[in-house]
Amino acid sequence: MKKPLAPDRPHSANDLAERVLAGDVRAAARLISLAENEPAQIRSPLQKLFPHTGKAHIIGITGAPGVGKSTLVDQLVERLRSRGQSVGIIAVDPTSPFTGGAILADRLRMQRHGTDSGVFIRSMATRGRLGGLARATSDGVTVMEALGKEVIILETVGVGQDEVEVAKYAQTTVVILAPGLGDEVQAMKAGIMEIGDCFVVNKADREGADRAVSQIQSILALKELGEGDWSPPVLRTVATTGDGLEELVGTIDRHLDHFTATGEMERFRLLKSRADFMSVLEETLSQYVLEEMLSDGALERIVESIASREVDPYTAAEEILARLQA
Amino acid sequence: MSRRRIRILIAKPGLDGHDRGAKVVARALKEAGMEVIYTGLHQTPEEVVAAAEQEDVDAVGLSVLSGAHTHLFRRVCELLNERSMDDVIVFGGGIIPEEDIPELLRAGVKAIFTPGTSTREVIEFLEEAIGSRSTS
Repeated sequence: MKKPLAPDRPHSANDLAERVLAGDVRAAARLISLAENEPAQIRSPLQKLFPHTGKAHIIGITGAPGVGKSTLVDQLVERLRSRGQSVGIIAVDPTSPFTGGAILADRLRMQRHGTDSGVFIRSMATRGRLGGLARATSDGVTVMEALGKEVIILETVGVGQDEVEVAKYAQTTVVILAPGLGDEVQAMKAGIMEIGDCFVVNKADREGADRAVSQIQSILALKELGEGDWSPPVLRTVATTGDGLEELVGTIDRHLDHFTATGEMERFRLLKSRADFMSVLEETLSQYVLEEMLSDGALERIVESIASREVDPYTAAEEILARLQA
Repeated sequence: MSRRRIRILIAKPGLDGHDRGAKVVARALKEAGMEVIYTGLHQTPEEVVAAAEQEDVDAVGLSVLSGAHTHLFRRVCELLNERSMDDVIVFGGGIIPEEDIPELLRAGVKAIFTPGTSTREVIEFLEEAIGSRSTS
C-alpha cells in the first residue's frame, strides 16, 4: 500500500534512480522510503546509483540521549554550508518496541536548514535495529550521495555504551558527552569511548565541564598510540551558542586529511563495504530460508520442537543448512 | 515482504506558542504505530512543505491556534500542489471556527479536528484516508 509510485511497478523504482541522479529531492525521499519498506525493491535502483557514490565525507555524531547531538548537528551544518558544501543528514530515533511507532524529533533543532536546497534532512526510525542506526541508513547514504551531497552526517539514536555501528559507516566519528556524567564516563571505557575520532564535551558552560574533559582524557591516555596514529582530541562546545564549533569543524577537517594521507581511507572503504555486504548477505539468506524453506508453518513447528526440548537450536539450524546444500 | 509504516508530519505553522495539542496528537499517532516527524513551533508553510518532501510523509497535520489558519492552511496546500505533492493528505486542528471549515476544505484540507476531538478519531481518519488513497 503505497502512493502513485507503487513498489509493485519496478520500472518506476528505476525512474526514481534516474531522477535522483538528476537531483530530484522527492525521488530521493521516495527511494529512501523504499529502502525502509521494501528492501527487495531497492536492488535495481541502487545498482544504478552505486557507481556514483563512495566519495562523500561521512561524519557520525553519537552520544547519550540529551547531550545535544541534534543542536550540534544544526551548528555543524551552518558552518559546512557557509563554505559551500552540500549536506545530507540522516537522524535516527528509536522505534517503540511495543507499538512500532516512533516520534522523530531531531529535525526540530535543524529546521532553519529545512528550506535550504543544499541540505537534505531525513529522519529515520530504528525499526528494531540495534547498534544506533537503522537498517536503511546505509542505503540512505547511497541515495544522498547520488543526489550530490558532499558531506553526510549520521546522527545516531541516544546511545549507551555498546551502540557503535556508526563507526563502520562514518569516516569521522564524533562522540558527544555532557558535564555531570560523573563516574558513568568511567563505565563507558569500552564501547563508544573507543570509537571517537574526536570527543566533545557539549554544554561546556555548565559546571563539571573541566572534570568531564579530564575524565575523558584519562581514559584516552590508556590507549597506546603508534607513531603517526591519530590522537583523538577532546573539545568543548556550547551548541546553543555555537561556541567551540570552529574548532570542531577544524578537527573534523584535520581528521579527514589524516585519514586520507595515512591510507586509513582505504581500510575504511573495505570495512564499510564488508559491513554493507554482510548485512545484505545475512538479510538475503535469512529471507530466502524463511520464504522458501520455512513458510507454511515450518518455522512454528521448529520453534515448538525447540521449546519442548525435542531438538536444540543449533541442530535445527544445521538441518536447515544441510537442506540448503542438498 | 512490506514493512511499510505510515509517516506523518506534525507541524505548528505561525506564531502561536501552544504546542500541547500537537504533542498529544503526535504521541497518539506514535502509539498507533505510526512514524511521526515533529518539527515544532513557528514553522513557515515553506518549511512545512520542504519537510514533507524530504521526509516522504503520507500526511501533514497542522496545528494552528493563532487565528491565522485560513492563510496558513491554504498556503501549505498551494505549495504542495506546486510541487506535485497533492497526494499528501493535509489535516489540521486547533481553535478554528465552524464557519471557516468549508473554505479550508475547499482549499484542499481533508479534515479539521477542533478541540474535544478524541485522538482515536484522528487515527481512524488517517488510517482510512491513507489506506484508500494507496489503492486508487
